[in-house]
Amino acid sequence: MKEPFDRVVATHGATVLRVCRAVVGPVDADDAWSETFLAALRAYPDLPADANVQAWLVTIAHRKAVDVVRRAARHAVPVADLPEHTAPPAGRDLDLWAALAALPTKQRHAVAYHHLAGLPYDEVATVLGGTPAAARRAAADGVASLRRTYAGPLTPEGAAP
Amino acid sequence: MTTTDDDLTRLRTRLAAAALADGTLDVAYRTVDSPVGPLLLARTPAGLVRVAFAVQDHDAVLQSLADAVSPRVLQAAAPFDDVVRELDEYFAGRRRTFDVPLDLRLLRGFRRTVVSHLPEIPYGATASYAEVAASSGSPRAVRAVGTACALNPLPLVLPCHRVVRSDGSPGRYAGGDDAKLTLLALETAVGAAA
Repeated sequence: MKEPFDRVVATHGATVLRVCRAVVGPVDADDAWSETFLAALRAYPDLPADANVQAWLVTIAHRKAVDVVRRAARHAVPVADLPEHTAPPAGRDLDLWAALAALPTKQRHAVAYHHLAGLPYDEVATVLGGTPAAARRAAADGVASLRRTYAGPLTPEGAAP
Repeated sequence: MTTTDDDLTRLRTRLAAAALADGTLDVAYRTVDSPVGPLLLARTPAGLVRVAFAVQDHDAVLQSLADAVSPRVLQAAAPFDDVVRELDEYFAGRRRTFDVPLDLRLLRGFRRTVVSHLPEIPYGATASYAEVAASSGSPRAVRAVGTACALNPLPLVLPCHRVVRSDGSPGRYAGGDDAKLTLLALETAVGAAA
């Protein structure tokens, strides 16, 4: 017996959005979220009943985020100056995003999947490839960098500290 | 980082539209208010597959649709424009029959026979369980007719509320006894005014 997909979206939608924002930034997060849940909807009937739904969604989100970043890089046009502002979304912590964006990719992913999505390190390792120990190290290094570069509170709402 | 409910509402609407366009939305649903309480409407690409009253527990109904039809279930308003319009017209006394496409896949055997005969009972009229049993070709299956009506997946649209006891008393209704009285009173008043 599998719950209606709508319930999956209701239960995990907010977490997946936080993860997408952390990994691809606020501008591309909507696309990554939408592509993640559309792909998940397609595959949902074949998901084993005892699967860890959150880990499954984060795995899809990881693939979609990589796609989104790759696509953005392909379409990127070099500019001499950065635009003055890129419509800062109200109430979002842009400093934290900037700090996350400055991390090496693997550290950013490890921080997002462990600290925002709450996946244990062996699950994070499954998503990223490599060993759980490497995932733990990447997340620890990422958090250490964030402590240096980011002055605000480091415990996001709803996530394990 | 603040994740706002507004963002998620917008994203879920966008997801439902994309899933419809993609052909992967097997069961769309929405709820609408009505004079007999909130109604859950569910639709497959073939047509309207389920109408349920609040007393039937909408969460349980969605779970049963996930089990019986497909777990690809999402809330989506757009596919229901015609159904909602016809229901509005019905409750306003301006519509006597429904002509939205129906998906009868939840019905098998005798239950399907019984429920398919229900639209033959005219608007504003009633038929007894025994009469419906006879018109379904099994005059002795009166209790089975009662069960078929109680389990009708498309109440209102397939009018099981017009099936009453032989003594003329309304009998039970999946939407609650009050809902049955409301519907019969509506149809009697509109029928008499015509």
